[in-house]
Amino acid sequence: MKTKKIVLRIIYHIFIAGLGFVMIYPVLWMISGSLKDNSEILSGSLNLIPPHWRWENYKTGWAGFGKITFTTYFKNSIIITVIATLGTVISSSLIAYSLARIKFHGNKLIFTIMIATMLLPGQVVMIPQYLIYNRIGWVGTILPLVVPHFFGAPFFIYMMMQFMAGIPRELDEAAIIDGCSKYSVYSRVIIPLLKPALISTIIIQFYWKWDDYMGPLLYLGKPQAYTVSIAVKLFKDATSKTDYGPMFAMSTLSMIPVFLIFLFFNRYLVDGISTSGLKG
Amino acid sequence: MSKTKTPAVVSGRTPWNRFAYNNNTVGYAFAAPFIIGFLAFTIIPMLTSLYYSFTDYNMINKSNWVGFSNYINLFKDERFLKSVGVTLQYVALSVPIKLAFALFIAFLLTRPSKLVSVYRSLYYLPSLIGGSVAVALVWKELFSRKGLININLAKLGLPTVNWLGSMTAAKWPIILMTAWQFGSSMLIFAAGLKEIPTSYYEAAKIDGANGWQIFWKITMPCLSPVIMFNLIMQLISSFMVFTQAFVITTGGPNDATMYYALYVYKQGIQMRFMGYASAMSWVMLLIMSAITAIVFKTSKHWVFNESES
Repeated sequence: MKTKKIVLRIIYHIFIAGLGFVMIYPVLWMISGSLKDNSEILSGSLNLIPPHWRWENYKTGWAGFGKITFTTYFKNSIIITVIATLGTVISSSLIAYSLARIKFHGNKLIFTIMIATMLLPGQVVMIPQYLIYNRIGWVGTILPLVVPHFFGAPFFIYMMMQFMAGIPRELDEAAIIDGCSKYSVYSRVIIPLLKPALISTIIIQFYWKWDDYMGPLLYLGKPQAYTVSIAVKLFKDATSKTDYGPMFAMSTLSMIPVFLIFLFFNRYLVDGISTSGLKG
Repeated sequence: MSKTKTPAVVSGRTPWNRFAYNNNTVGYAFAAPFIIGFLAFTIIPMLTSLYYSFTDYNMINKSNWVGFSNYINLFKDERFLKSVGVTLQYVALSVPIKLAFALFIAFLLTRPSKLVSVYRSLYYLPSLIGGSVAVALVWKELFSRKGLININLAKLGLPTVNWLGSMTAAKWPIILMTAWQFGSSMLIFAAGLKEIPTSYYEAAKIDGANGWQIFWKITMPCLSPVIMFNLIMQLISSFMVFTQAFVITTGGPNDATMYYALYVYKQGIQMRFMGYASAMSWVMLLIMSAITAIVFKTSKHWVFNESES
């Protein structure tokens, strides 16, 4: 009986770990491809250890296209991502506080509109927004990619509201009795307690923005303004034959910020996603 | 919430203070970003595009009122009809596969084990990076004609498939890529599974229920609100499929993966038929709303709500 249990457990772990390996194999293949040359990549070998470690792929890749190096692309991506993420966190927490904690006329209506906006696929507003940005002269600048983030993102507002529901109202009331106004309740009571939700917002928004391809594709005109996600695709667009090694090298680098965040904040991320989904 | 409408501590009773600390003022002050953003980045663009959908606006010439002809042309446009068809097919295939996989793995990972959190991170990783262009480029190589998958299929003596060149096969790499990113749905399922009281399971066991019965009679009903949430979220995001198709197949071969968003992009941004693309956006909004409404309406019959029973 006991041996049967142990055998079953071993089978379980082999299955789960094996499937997990298959799942991340494409990513490992990309990383190993960043150290191979074209013929080694295209040989179809499943081997992940490069026969020769070709670090020069990183140097070739970093040189970029037409005198614009990846230093520029990374700088652009970081600027856009950081500004957009800050905007999202600040504005979404303000809005979530008003909807979750303040009873005002129109609270319910605004909440309903917020949920409806959350259910609205972004592609439906792609053309309408493009037309507006074009009219006010924002096309070709980073403004369409960052400014809208300062007006709240429904997904995160909803997540923060769910989280605030778990913060006892007695704390607000106690603070008010102690002389806080409704404004300082936000800054002194809610914000410190909201930290886990704020951190998951920062993480999720960061990697959404970092990976965003469509926005930069629509709005960034000049090559000097390209983000990493656009630049990586340029390896494939080049008229001459694709250099897979440098392409995978830059692809690997483009994932490093996301990997780092994943390593350090894994716990918060998992908690954040789990709570946002509850009681949906 | 507060029974104390105006807190006694509000110092001074000047009209300004009464105004500034009023619940309505505070509420609107904090909600202002959303209200402004909603008007500026959703409502005004939507209404402008509604107007343009009745014109032949192309961003260069002055636009002329054309009545319903954009909408009529849409239903005569074979490429448009095909793009609706392939998008619906993509949604109908990718969402169930993804959710079934997410639920299956979440279920496997409920076993108490020290390694479970490591596994969870492992399975979550693809949904963290899966939306990136980098992964799409990897996918394109894996599935290319002489790519890794075909070479190894041949080595095993299996027939190779022209994944990206055949009209019937081209959808599969993209669907597989979507299903591969089941991590966040899995985490939500896992959280839902944890919420089910163990006493339910114990009671069922005492009554002599087997594993299969427990799954269908206890786990699934208790999990149905979470399934509903995941279903809605995935429906919406899969209607938006763009980057993967744009990078991997560019809509080909012969429009087999010309998904809605891709076609709108082609007509609107590339060819500048803004009037036509606006009409397309509105038709998409109607289709999406109809589908979401159907899911919500039918949910009464399959979503188990504890407060009602």
